[in-house]
Parts: sequence; C-alpha cells; structure tokens
Amino acid sequence: MSEPALYAAREPIFPRRVTGVFRRLKWWILGVTLTIYYLTPWLRWDRGPNLPDQAVLVDMANRRFYFFWIEIWPHEFYFVAGLLIMAGLGLFLFTSALGRVWCGYTCPQTVWTDLFILVERWIEGDRNARVRLHRAKWDFKKWRLRITKWVVWLLIAVATGGAWVFYFTDAPTLLVDLFLFQAHPAAYITIAILTATTFVFGGFMREQICIYMCPWPRIQAAMMDPDTITVAYREWRGEPRGKGNVRKRDRAAAEKAAAQAQAAGPGQARYAATPYPNKALQVGGAPKLAAAEHEHGDCIDCMACVNVCPMGIDIRDGQQMECITCALCIDACDDVMAKIGKPRGLIDYMALSDEAAERAGGAPKSIWRHILRPRTILYTAMWGLLGLGLVYALFIRSDIELTVSPERNPTYVVQSDGAVRNIYDVRLRNKSGDDRLFHISLTSDATLRIDLEGNDDDLAVTVPADTTILQRVYVTARPQDPAATERETPLRIWVEDLETGARASRDTTFNGRR
Amino acid sequence: MNKGRIDEETGVETTGHSWDGIEELNNPLPRWWLWTLYATIVWAIGYTIAYPAWPMISGATTGLLGFSTRAQVAEQITEHEAKNAQLVTDLLNADLAAISPTDDLHRYAVARGGSVFAAQCSQCHGSGAAGATGYPNLLDDDWLWGGDVESISYTVNHGIRNETDGDTRWSEMPAYGEIFTSAEIDAVVEHVVSLSSDDYDSALAEEGSVLFADNCAACHGDEGLGDRDVGAPNIADAVWLYGGDRDALHETVHNARFGVMPAMGQRLADEDVRAVALYVHGLGGGE
Repeated sequence: MSEPALYAAREPIFPRRVTGVFRRLKWWILGVTLTIYYLTPWLRWDRGPNLPDQAVLVDMANRRFYFFWIEIWPHEFYFVAGLLIMAGLGLFLFTSALGRVWCGYTCPQTVWTDLFILVERWIEGDRNARVRLHRAKWDFKKWRLRITKWVVWLLIAVATGGAWVFYFTDAPTLLVDLFLFQAHPAAYITIAILTATTFVFGGFMREQICIYMCPWPRIQAAMMDPDTITVAYREWRGEPRGKGNVRKRDRAAAEKAAAQAQAAGPGQARYAATPYPNKALQVGGAPKLAAAEHEHGDCIDCMACVNVCPMGIDIRDGQQMECITCALCIDACDDVMAKIGKPRGLIDYMALSDEAAERAGGAPKSIWRHILRPRTILYTAMWGLLGLGLVYALFIRSDIELTVSPERNPTYVVQSDGAVRNIYDVRLRNKSGDDRLFHISLTSDATLRIDLEGNDDDLAVTVPADTTILQRVYVTARPQDPAATERETPLRIWVEDLETGARASRDTTFNGRR
Repeated sequence: MNKGRIDEETGVETTGHSWDGIEELNNPLPRWWLWTLYATIVWAIGYTIAYPAWPMISGATTGLLGFSTRAQVAEQITEHEAKNAQLVTDLLNADLAAISPTDDLHRYAVARGGSVFAAQCSQCHGSGAAGATGYPNLLDDDWLWGGDVESISYTVNHGIRNETDGDTRWSEMPAYGEIFTSAEIDAVVEHVVSLSSDDYDSALAEEGSVLFADNCAACHGDEGLGDRDVGAPNIADAVWLYGGDRDALHETVHNARFGVMPAMGQRLADEDVRAVALYVHGLGGGE
C-alpha cells in the first residue's frame, strides 16, 4: 500500500559511438564553434596607440564594444539590440524550416555534452564498457577511470570558463594576471561559476538540462508545423518490426498458412497469411508484393537508434519533447540498413506532411517545397531587411557626433543690455583614435550669436581621442531682434572637423522672452 | 483507491488519487529537482545567518559577515577622497582665475561645485541658478559685487550683510519712505525708469532727477550704473533683482532692501567654497 514515487532518479544514458554523415557534420560544427569560442579573444586588431588591440573586446570599464573594425559606444546599443532581434528571427526561421536544428547541432549544451561524451568514450570505452563500469563495484580500476575522466572534464570546464573572461579585458594581460593571482576577483568568480556549470551540465546533467530546465523546447513546439523538416521514423515502412529469429519463425508460419489457404481455396488467403493484421498494411490498400517476407517491416528492432541517442529516447515512438534532432539515430539506422541490404532512410529527416503520400507508396515532396513557404520566406525577408538596415546604419555613422540639450531651468536669461540668451549643454563625441579640433557654429534664419563657455577666442574645442566632453554653449539674440521676443525660433548647431571635413548637426530651438 | 494503476490511454501510472472518477497521472519530477529545493532551503538559512536578515524590535540581526551597504558607501567615499586628495590640494593652492577650462582640475572643481551648489545654494538661487525675485540670477552678466571668480569666491566665503562675519559684503540703502513724500518717490522712480526705458513722463522724471542727484547718485552713480565696491546695483540696465516696474521700484525706494546671504565659509570647507565659485563662474555670467 505504498504511495507511488513522486520523484524519479535520472536514468543513466550511455550513448554508443556512431559514424555517418550527420555525425561527421556534427564533429565539424563542434570543432568550428569551439575554435571560434576559445580563440576569438586572442585575435589582435590594430586600432592605433590610444585604443585596445584586441579584435573582439567587451570593455565594460570604459563602456566600449570592439568588434574588429567596428567600435560601438553605449548610445549605439541599438546595434546589439538589432543583432539580438536578428538572432531571434534566425532561430524562428531555422526552427520553422528545420525543427530543433539549433538544439541538435549548435546549442552549447549539445556541443559541450558531445565533447564530454567523447572524452568519456576515450577513457572508459564505448557503450557496453561504460554500462559494465557503471554496474561494477567501486574498485581501484573504476576509481582510476572515473577520476581520470573527471579531471579531463574539469580541465575542459576551466578552459571554458577561462575563455569567457578573456572577452572582457585584454586577454594576454589577463592570462598572466590570472596565474599571478593579480586579476580582479570578478574574473576568478566568473571562471569558478562557469567551470562549475560546464562541469556539471556537460558531465552529469546533460539531457536533464534540455528536458527540465531549458524553455526553448517548449517555444519551438509552437514554431513547427507539418512542413517542418524534422527527424522521424518511417513507421509505415518499419513496422511490424522484428528481429531475425522472429522473422524466420513468422515466415515459416506464414508459408504453412499459405499452403493451408491454398488447400482451402481463395478468399481468406491474405488475412490468414498475415500474422500482424497491421494498419500499416491496410492504409496503402493491398500490399504490392505479396510474400511473407513483406509482412515484416524493415525495422529489425536492433535498438541501434536507441543506443546512440544522447537523450535516451526511442525515436520509433514518434515525435517527442526530449528529441533534440541531433540525427545520430539516422546515422545509426542507415548503417544497419546498409548491412541488411535495405534502402537508407528508415529514420530520416522528413516533413510530417509527407506521411500520407508515403504511406500510399508515393514519393515525398522535395525538400525545397517544404522549406520555401510563406512563413519561412517572411522570416528570411525580415531577417534580411533588419540586417541590411544595420549595415546601412553602420556605414552612415560619423566619428563626430553631438547631442544638444537646451537648458530648461531657466529657458532663457535676460542680460543687462536686454539681450536674451539661451543655454545649451552640448555633448561632443570624438569617436576616432586621435585628438580633434571641433569647430562649433550655428545656422538659423534669425540673427543669433553663438558663444562657448570658457572660450572667448574662437569657436573651437579640442576633444581628446575616444572621448565625450560636455560644452556649455550660449546663443544670444539682441534686444531688438525678433528672436528675443518670439516664443520659439528654430536653429541648428553644427560641429565640424576642418581637417577631415567631417561634420554633424543637431536641430534645436531658441526660446524668446515670451 | 486504486494505487499505482496503469492508465490505459497513456500507459502512465496514476497516483491513485481520484476525484469524481478523474485520476491523476504520476509523471514524477526528477529527484535532483527535489535536491535543489533542499539546497535552496539550506542556502536561505545560511544566508540569514551570514547576512542582515531577521527584524528585531529595534533594528535587525547584523549577520556574521558584518555586511552593511552603509559601511560600503562610507568606504567608497573614503576611497574617492583619497583618490582626489591631490586635486583638492591643487584646488586649494591654485590661482582660481588662472585655471584653464580644459584643465582636469577645472573639470573636477566644476563637478564638485555643482554638487555643493545643489546642496547649499539652490534653495535660494534655484537649481538652475536662475534666482528669483530678491535672489540674484547667477546666469546673467549683471553682478552686484563683481563677477570674476575671485569676487564670487569672496562673496560665497563671507556672505552678504551677514553679521556673523566681519569681512562680509555690506551696504545698506536708506529707507526713503522716512525722508521723501510719496510724490517725491514717484518722481525718483520715474527718473529711474527713464534710465533704461523710453516710456516715461519726462516732466516727472526731470523733477526726480534732481532728487536722484542729491540722494542716490552717491552710490548708484550719476548715470545709475551702480558701484560694485559698495554693492550698489546698476539701475540703468535690464536686470532687476526686486522687479523693475513702478510699483516694485516705489516699494524699493520707500522701504529699501536688505538681502542677506550666509557666509558659506563658516559651513563649507575651503575647497568647496572655491569649487562652487568656479562652478558659478562657469554658468554663463562669469567675467
């Protein structure tokens, strides 16, 4: 009379080694993505003497983001926002076209788990050896293998956490500081946290992260439709499944039944000869080939697809939340089909909308007819437009910039001679790597005079390299000028670098005495 | 109760709970999830011991680590003061008029002066320094006691008509209500209006000009241009501290004015006085 258990222990999974097209593709993606991750902070990019020479650098302390030839200031954060939106649209596109392809190939959780399983296999052996080791007593050999594996995992984890912090400060300097224990505590804490998460997530949590912690699988379900290309089992071709000995037995029984049926006369023959009156056989009408051999499907129930699955599921049960579409079961099954002389693709990338056609013995629609549909075209268009917009915005950027904020408290000041003066806080940005002389001027239909605080001589300010300065600017209307008494007069404030000819302007208004 | 029955539709075990025939499937949570719950409970208990947490009758438990945001702020202030010590020394020793506006020292002083102004001066002069009736606008080019940075610094330091400071700026206009008749005041006011406006009664102003020359010109000057040595305002310009219309001027002449400013040197450090002087000087009216 015990209550049923409300909590379940994790079922250990021992994915078997597999070879094939998709496995090779995944190794390549693993290699490329990890290389990019670990090596990017070490790339150098010369920006002159005043700026850092790290190609990709998120400089929090100085509030700059460097990406090769691009430098982003905090007020240009819309580039980052734009990239994030593009990343979101990209995920929509890939998910609606190719299902959980992100999960299966490029998600860090998948990539690092793959790497950790690779290490595991090197040290402890393939699936069967690992199962044996799992069941073995904790003797010297088990301890030795386990500790070796954990140490290698830990080294990978430290390198992973370590690589992350290099993106935020000069990598070579930080590396030396880290070893001399002179780096900022934030660096050590970040490395410690990322080391722990990498070690635990990649080594022990694995599929648990995807199933219980990641929100993405839930969201993706809403983005897939019957035309989405995903990993599926051709049940109508595979069923009824059966191992070789079962097949042999069934064939003998079928031949015997056929002989009896022939003796009894036509009519009931087909049913009598069918040990599995399976619906797969009924959907397509009468089987084209009427021999006992074909009463069995192509699946020989070898469990290869289950044994290689890193998520521990059986793809033959249909679409499942756990499936990350890593496609390793396709490789495993293709291998077996080749060995038993059947066509590949019992488990394959396919669109679920092709099921009816395939059951009827027809050919599936071409991949492109699945992928090119209004939804994916819309995503691609939005993605592309946003990308073009960002590139355009990037190229029209000037390395001279200003913002003008008129003083509101008070909106105007009356001078002793009755002239009316407005005050503007002008922020001047020099985004180049050299000090520059900014000339400030004004254009307006009205007669207005411009002056700079602390500068009686010329209307020029030196702005140091890679710096913003605040300059107080005065605009004055003489008492007899209309601007002095009119409510608002539009004007434009210009900055210009006479050396390079670069210039920028901002529109603002002049408030009169009314 | 049918414990652990297998549901036929889903092939999942039931919990055995049944409500009006509706049964609950048992999809067990992973056990590690339960452990994370326990871990958070342990963490929470440890946290309340290590950090300030439990409210008591007066105050709260302080926690074993002695963490306090107040102490952190105090520490950060000390750190900043140590970092700025050299700038403060420079500011105290510098010739205020000689500091270039592009100098780091000037930037530091203006930033520091801005905070001092907001805390100590804005109550009367306004957060934008535009003043109000009776409280001078510090943005314009009209100064009672001088608008160069040294004069401003002196005014801030010693205040105006402040009896607690022997070096304070001091001047006192007589209340002419005791000397002139109301008609005579009107005449003087008309003359004062004539100094800065074309819209006046010339006969009355002519009459007032005699009284002005005898009684007012000593401080305000024959032309009404004022005298900064005695804090006499320029009454021929467009800026009026107490208002420039006839009623306001009548009241000023009748009662006189006696604006007072505290001697900020008595409550501020020298570097703060100098910083706020540089700040005010850089607001637009500085000479």
